[in-house]
Parts: sequence; C-alpha cells; structure tokens
Amino acid sequence: MTLLEFARGPAIHASLIILVAGSMIRLVGVLALTRGADLSRPRDVFGNFKGYRTVFSRAWPSDEFTIVTRYQTAMAYVFHIATLLVVVAIVPHIEFITSLTGLSWPGLPNWIGVALGTIALVSLIALIMRRLSKPEVYNSTVGDYVTWIIVALPLITGLMAFAHVGLRYETMLALHILSSALLFAYFPFSKLMHAFWFLFSRAQSGVAYAHKGVRI
Amino acid sequence: MATQPTLGEVLQSQGVSRRAFMKFCSATASLMALPAGMGAAMAETLASAKRPSVIWLSFQECTGCTEALTRSHAPTIEGLIFDFVSLDYHHTLQAASGDAAEHAREQAQHDHAGEYLVLVDGSIPLMEHCSTIAGISNVQMLKEACADAAAVINIGTCSAYGGLPMAKPNPTNAVAVGDIITDKPIVNIPGCPPMPLAITGVIAHYLTMGGMPELDHLGRPQAFFGENIHDRCYRRPFYDRGQFAETFDDEGARKGWCLYKLGCKAPTTYNACAHLKWNNGVSFPIQSGHGCLGCSEPNFWDALAVYDSPAKGQFGDGAKLGAATVAGAALGAGAAVLARRKKTRIAEEEESAS
Repeated sequence: MTLLEFARGPAIHASLIILVAGSMIRLVGVLALTRGADLSRPRDVFGNFKGYRTVFSRAWPSDEFTIVTRYQTAMAYVFHIATLLVVVAIVPHIEFITSLTGLSWPGLPNWIGVALGTIALVSLIALIMRRLSKPEVYNSTVGDYVTWIIVALPLITGLMAFAHVGLRYETMLALHILSSALLFAYFPFSKLMHAFWFLFSRAQSGVAYAHKGVRI
Repeated sequence: MATQPTLGEVLQSQGVSRRAFMKFCSATASLMALPAGMGAAMAETLASAKRPSVIWLSFQECTGCTEALTRSHAPTIEGLIFDFVSLDYHHTLQAASGDAAEHAREQAQHDHAGEYLVLVDGSIPLMEHCSTIAGISNVQMLKEACADAAAVINIGTCSAYGGLPMAKPNPTNAVAVGDIITDKPIVNIPGCPPMPLAITGVIAHYLTMGGMPELDHLGRPQAFFGENIHDRCYRRPFYDRGQFAETFDDEGARKGWCLYKLGCKAPTTYNACAHLKWNNGVSFPIQSGHGCLGCSEPNFWDALAVYDSPAKGQFGDGAKLGAATVAGAALGAGAAVLARRKKTRIAEEEESAS
C-alpha cells in the first residue's frame, strides 16, 4: 500500500469517523445537560430573544473594544472566510465532498483557490505573530500552538501539492490528505470545536446577561 | 562462424541514411539526458555494436507490449534497432515451436552466459500450475533464464509491478519479476503498453554505455518516467482555469477541456506520453478524449478507480459515517445522563449535610 492509498483509504476513513462520532459525543454530551432551575424573575421579558440575538450582534466586538481587538478580529475573519472558501469551493475538495455526499457545485478557478489559500496562510501567520508577541493577553497553552500547527499543515501541504513544490505530487497529495485527517481527528477534542460552540456559548452568555437586565 | 553484421551495416542495408541515424542518436541521447556530445559517441558505438542476444519471456500477459513495439507505425530506426537484436526466444515472433523453441532458449543461455538480456512481459503466477510453457512453470523458467543474464528489462506494467493479473482478487497469486529475481540489474519500463521509444532507448543505452540508465525509485528510466503527465499535458491550462469536462460528451469534452473530473490520473502518473506521444507523435490517450489511467504506476488498477478523480476518497456509501454519528450521539447522551445523576447526587448530599 502506497502512502497515497493509505491516506485516501484507512487514514481519511478513520479520521472522518472520529470527527463525526467525537463531535456528536461532545455536542450531545454538553447540550443534554440541564441547567439549574431558574429561581429569579427575568429583568427583561424579551431576555431570551435578545440573548439569541447576541450570536449575531457580537459577531463584531462592541465599540469599547474595537480599537484593541480590531487587528485579530479582522485577521480572524480573513482567515475564516478564506479557509472556508478554500475548503468548499476548489474543485479537488468538491470532488472529495461529492464522493462522500453525492452533492456537487461549480468550483472556483485554481488561481483564485491558490490566492485564497495563500491569504488564509498569511492571516494565520499574522494571528500567531500577535499571540506570540502578547503572551499576557492570550495566556497560551501548548494545545493552542499544537492546534495552530495542525490547522496550518493542510494549508501548507495543499499549496505545495498544487504548485508541485517539494516532494513528488502524489506524496504531497498524500501528506495533504494525512494532515487533513489529523485535523479532522483532532477537531472534536480541541478548541477547534468552537466551530460549533460559538453559537451556543454566545447564546448562553446573551441569555444569562439579558436575564440579569444587562443591555445587550 | 560467419561474421555477424554490425548495427551500422544492418541499418545501411535497410536504406537508413547516416544523417537519419545521427538524428536518431542525438534525439535519444538528449531524451535520456546524456551529456552533450554523447549523440556522436552513441552513433559511433551503436554503429559498430554487435547483436546482443535477447531472450524475451512472455508470462501472464496479453501480447499488447509486443504489439506496441512491433506494430506501432511504419518501420523506424527504433523498430530496426529492435530487429537488430538477436531475438533468440519470443513466443509470438519466433518461427520455431515446441522443443525447437525451448532448445533455442537453452542454447542462447548457454552460448551467451553472462551477456544476454532477458526481456519479460507479463506477471508471474506463484500458483505455478496457472501458467506453464512447454511444461515448465513461469517461476521456474524465469529463474533459469535469469541465472546467467546480464540484466533484466521488464516490458510493461505486468512484469514490472504485477499489473492487471495482480489486481484483486489476484486469482493466480501473481507477482512482479522483481519479487522473484533479486540479484540482477532490473529496469522497469512500465505502461499498458509501454512506449516503444522507452524500450529501444534503454536497449540503445545498454548497447552504447554498456549499462542501464539512471532509474527512479520505482526502477524506471528517469529519462522517460521522470516527468508528471499532468505537468506536460496540453490540457493543463484548462485545469488551471477551472474548466473541466463533466461528461464524455458535454460541451467541455468537445472543447477539449481538462479531464480531471472524469478520472484522469495524469497528476499522479509519470510517463512520456504527453510529449513523445504515440503512433509517430500523432496522439496520446488524453488527446483522444479519455483521461489517463495511470497505467505506468504500480497497482494502478486497484489503487485509483478508473472514473474517479485522484481527490476522491474511497468511501463507498456513507453508512459508516451514519453509524458513527448514531454511536457518537448515544455515547454523548450516556455521558450527559451520568453527569446529570452525579449532579443530582451531589445536590442531595449537600442538602442532607446542611
């Protein structure tokens, strides 16, 4: 079995199963927990609605924090949007998703894919630079750096595979698939779960604060 | 013993001009990335080369490799060089049959011990009764023929890597030559069939340099298998622009767009098809509208489904993912129930303590 066969076969199989099962364990495991009984009268009768609205209203920091946080907020948006587009809009990825789900849609030209991948990588580097330069703000753990590496690897290997840089194409493609498999398997057990949690945690904070009468 | 003609004399008698021969030598030398000036040296050495004895063994094969070499197009210098070798044994081409044929092989092995070349097409079944020649199993004949050979050249993917006969379920337990012969220099010229110029190029290199050319990690001559077909494909600009044929008869297919989505394996295949082409440079599979099958790569039949692009995972249906989702949800729910019980128990303990 070659490296590419291993990557396309057992490795990606196992990682997707871990991704799906792991995410479900964490999502259901947390969401099925009950909250303590609410013994106080809400200060705001529209508290719940305003709480859920927070999911969107806090998509950008409130005015007080704009100047302090705009660098990482802007960079994070650039990174997330570019990465999302690369994941779902370049033809080889659509082919992979089609093989899994049967769904397909038109892809972007490769040069746009390369540009987006490069933008994603540069913004990811910009974000780690800030994290490294302001340790007192982030209180980083080893897991944060491991996560950064695991997110960066598929981007780097994908760009290298496309550009036919470094090792032979089939080896780079295998490394790209393996690094993606690592990302999938790591995802449910790391901060990458924020892809799901941001909805619930923002809504939970919003509901709790609205209940107390905080202006949302 | 009558004096054997040299290659130069044979070519001259066939009406090949000195100019045409020099042109062939220069082209072959540059193709094989030999140093400048080797063209002339190759011409000189080749012209005075004596006929090398060649034993061609055909095992589990379809004769396509021989067809590719002998019937590719009108006679050329490549064809004539092949004619020049003393083909002492070849099922399809030799006039002799039965004991006389086997005797010719044994005679060649004896008379040219240590000097003859063994060319093999076809894989070798380890279930020996599955393929025999004159009552001799393929494994036995290969071992006998290779015992005193100078080198072995595998013609085609079957002898190089097992090929189609080795594909699942591999009913004959087929293997490649390299799995059996480990003590001789082996050159793999894979392809289904391989490019004729690659075959004669390696023979010309052997006649000129007295050895085999530089090989890649899969035992293939770098000169012919060093480059990726995708990198050399004339349809590559369409790939870069994101213009793909979606079916074999849509507008994209008619316009000659990239065949990646139709399962073309050019990105993972190394061969000279895209620039040397077939039938005297007329065309090659991608130019004819069908994606590359990756036939010069090991295990190509099983490794990559013919009409799936290289990016596709081999997942079958989504049943496993569905099962994983259900199992994950069940485990998560179980964990939540346990956590709730613990919470209730702690609350009760605190209440009773207060």
